[in-house]
Amino acid sequence: MTATTAPPDAPPVTGGEPPRRRAFRRGRLVPYWLLLPGILWLIVFFLVPLVYQASTSVQTGSLENGFQVTWHFQTYWDALQQYYPQFLRSLLYAAVATLLCLVVGYPLAYLIAFRAGRHRNLLLVLVIAPFFTSFLIRTLAWKTILADGGPVVGFLSSAHILDITAALGWTSGHRVLATPLAVVTGLTYNFLPFMILPLYTSLERIDHRLHEAAGDLYATPWTTFRKVTFPMSLPGVVSGTLLTFIPSSGDYVNAQLLGSADTKMIGSVIQSQFLTVLDYPTAAALSFILMAVVLFVVTFYIRRAGTEELL
Amino acid sequence: MAHDAPESLSSVQLAAIQRHLTTGRGALTRRSLLRAGGVGALTFGGFAALTGCGIPAAKKDAKGSGGDPDYSAKEKELVFSNWTEYMDVTDDGKHYPTLEEFTRRTGIKVTYKTDINDNNEFFGKIQPQLAAGQDIGRDIIVLTDWLVGRIIGLGWAQTLDASLMPHAYANLIDPFRAPDWDPGRAHSYPWAGIPTVIAYNVKATGGRKVDSVSQLLDDPKLKGRVAFLTEMRDTMGMTLLDMGKAPETFTTDDYDAAVARLQKGVDSHQIRRFAGNDYTSDLDKGDIAACLAWAGDIVQLQAENPAVRYAIPKTGYMISSDNMMVPAKSRHRSNAERLMDYYYEPPAAAKLAEYINYVCPCDNVKPELAKLDKDAANNVLIIPDAKMQAASHNFRSLSNKEDTALEQKFSRLIGA
Repeated sequence: MTATTAPPDAPPVTGGEPPRRRAFRRGRLVPYWLLLPGILWLIVFFLVPLVYQASTSVQTGSLENGFQVTWHFQTYWDALQQYYPQFLRSLLYAAVATLLCLVVGYPLAYLIAFRAGRHRNLLLVLVIAPFFTSFLIRTLAWKTILADGGPVVGFLSSAHILDITAALGWTSGHRVLATPLAVVTGLTYNFLPFMILPLYTSLERIDHRLHEAAGDLYATPWTTFRKVTFPMSLPGVVSGTLLTFIPSSGDYVNAQLLGSADTKMIGSVIQSQFLTVLDYPTAAALSFILMAVVLFVVTFYIRRAGTEELL
Repeated sequence: MAHDAPESLSSVQLAAIQRHLTTGRGALTRRSLLRAGGVGALTFGGFAALTGCGIPAAKKDAKGSGGDPDYSAKEKELVFSNWTEYMDVTDDGKHYPTLEEFTRRTGIKVTYKTDINDNNEFFGKIQPQLAAGQDIGRDIIVLTDWLVGRIIGLGWAQTLDASLMPHAYANLIDPFRAPDWDPGRAHSYPWAGIPTVIAYNVKATGGRKVDSVSQLLDDPKLKGRVAFLTEMRDTMGMTLLDMGKAPETFTTDDYDAAVARLQKGVDSHQIRRFAGNDYTSDLDKGDIAACLAWAGDIVQLQAENPAVRYAIPKTGYMISSDNMMVPAKSRHRSNAERLMDYYYEPPAAAKLAEYINYVCPCDNVKPELAKLDKDAANNVLIIPDAKMQAASHNFRSLSNKEDTALEQKFSRLIGA
């Protein structure tokens, strides 16, 4: 094929063409210009630190003699072997907290989307309101709520709920603080809005007439929910669970403030390796393992859930 | 036929190629771009970048005052970084009386910052600059002794001229005179001393006194309501003392035995948690019945809650200190020396001690402090008497390698 065999229906090159093409070309570049700030941001604050940490993870040395890249991949294996309990614990706590967020958040999002009427905006603001105070303060507040002599623990104790959770290993003695239950409660509370908001957006988009149609077809409210509402809210469920699971698996504040020595999550380990022990390679390797584990879990989950549009 | 020069393409062909790139299978979508970009970056740039990073070895040439130029004579100024609530301040929070007095007397303008909240975090912040031999923009920083020891060992502290600091030299109290990490106080002077004591809430212990680490670890009535500190030297030092070992001379075996003893307390859930500064509210409420505590916190807590008591174990107690030092390359060493010396004049030291409630490292302050606050002057946690001074112990200094090893064992104990 050469230029000479161009089909006859090719538009003739006229004097009006070049400006149009220039406009077209400019238009084609617009998306890239729009992407530029985001890409620059990601390069400076994500890619560069990531490469730096990847490098750190295969270095050996000490603060005195400096750290050099020696391609010491053994660090990864050692770190995994030593800290796998914290990894498993993080994933377990994050999974339980995500599930609790879904259980608590779904009815709330449903209520705001369909039943709140003119109070809808107020309720949404109330969901976000805790974010106006710092993460740390909110977590510290839970120490007061769950205090040993406080009303919450008093009630749970007299209702013998603490006996059940103690038998399951989630609490110990007649207290909630400094137990796995407290850490999971803190995680659930802190990440709840990340679950509610995506759920709300996907529920709110559902056309009311579909509910009416389901009713007209003699579906019970439960069937309507099962066959219409829930499937249509799945994108919200998937993004909500992701937004809850990913940050909570790396969290360390809740484990530090509400937990004890045997409830530490992998985030605490990374923090202490970086700041206290000063074993930078192990800390970096742990961060990468965490990233890989979370990516693996999330990829598997998305494949199963099949909501590709989320990516 | 096969050698199509691009300029020989027809406009339709160009359009087709463009269409292919923007909408067809070859479309430059976000995902393919990310994929291509990621793979490309990793394969080509990645390995080169990975080897390029690295942390340089500590620069030893910064050691000694001769190494760093001092601009104090020309620049009558000073940047002072300290912890929060560590300086006397007027009720409206706008004036620092002792600092202003210093400026009035010397003409040196002080920029006071309270940007140190945590030793490890602050070290993480300044370490890259110090390692690269840069000025960190601060002339005095206040850090805890073990970290000052590390910084001195790395050669990142300027040597002080004792002849310019007569008051500091003469008035420093005995427990702080000869630390093994800074012989002769060549690089640092204490800002305040921090005793680690045992604190308990009598309401939570049912009126019982708690006065030893053994009791914290073994008393069944305290089960699940005992806390230790996340600061390795304080928790381990107190435990070593309790086991009859000296924190100044302990061996690795002694340390391991102390870790094992604490581990038993963790496993049996006798120990509730290892706490940082946040133990105070737990102790106040009684969720923690007894714990290791920093004396200054207890002085403050007692003012509000009379149920909070403290005890000095018979085996002695640990004392650490926060120390002023001049980082390498800082421009105003002699201004800094004058300020350090000023806080060792009893009137200034008394005003400071009255406010911060920690051990005053300056001698002969008691009469001055008594004029301001009688209770504080008689409190051995602020002005330690001879007996208190004799019962204090310091954690021996550690090489960086040993430090990492011991911190590693300790962090495993506390779960991280």
